[in-house]
Amino acid sequence: MSENIKKFMFVNTKAPYGTVYALESLEVVLISAAFDQSVSLVFCDDGVFQIANNQNTEASGMKNFSPAYKALGDYDINKIYVETESLEERGLTLDNIMALTYEDEDDDWAEKSSIIPVTRAELADLMDEQDVVISS
Amino acid sequence: MATISVEGKDVEVDEEGYLVTLDDWFPAVASVMAEIDEVEMGDDHWDIINFLREYYEEYQIAPAVRVLTKAVAKKLGKEKGNSKYLYELFPYGPGKQACKFAGLPKPTGCV
Repeated sequence: MSENIKKFMFVNTKAPYGTVYALESLEVVLISAAFDQSVSLVFCDDGVFQIANNQNTEASGMKNFSPAYKALGDYDINKIYVETESLEERGLTLDNIMALTYEDEDDDWAEKSSIIPVTRAELADLMDEQDVVISS
Repeated sequence: MATISVEGKDVEVDEEGYLVTLDDWFPAVASVMAEIDEVEMGDDHWDIINFLREYYEEYQIAPAVRVLTKAVAKKLGKEKGNSKYLYELFPYGPGKQACKFAGLPKPTGCV
């Protein structure tokens, strides 16, 4: 089945609450992980807020689903690209981003960071390498 | 909307038997759902149900069965973290059925 593995990249560009895009995209990502494909995620533009630390949704009345991103490692999704320009433009740094990790099966289950900071230019190259890019 | 009767209380469930309101759960809900599905609940079942509730508390999602199996292996040991063992406990699928008994939504990624 390995010859059928495609590279899927899910690009998240919108703020987490106010629309359903972020949550719906996360659900699609978790479902796609069941099909043994190569899945990576991108957070850019306002999408970087989806994986910001210390989210509090009380005032909005929406469920805070951000803890679910921490489960991505369990789903073998461990390439999470964060665009550095988007962070800077919003006054954020990597310290404001959740520490998403995975356990490396090939390295005695050592816990490693899934967060990969990339520049806009690097991201363009990465997108070029994908079979499928889904943006929301 | 369908309901099941648990200790004199009517608890709302959807057409597949999952709780409509997650906060409605208390242990007897799992027992009544198990009776309906003709599953005899033992300590081993409760271990998985409690594990799922903790997982949901932490991640806000019901894990897919593959993820559940791996996580159970890590927490409760390999002899419990395999699909044969979990399917013996929950014949309709450890993801779907155990999540239902635990009061969680249908697992994300269960297709």
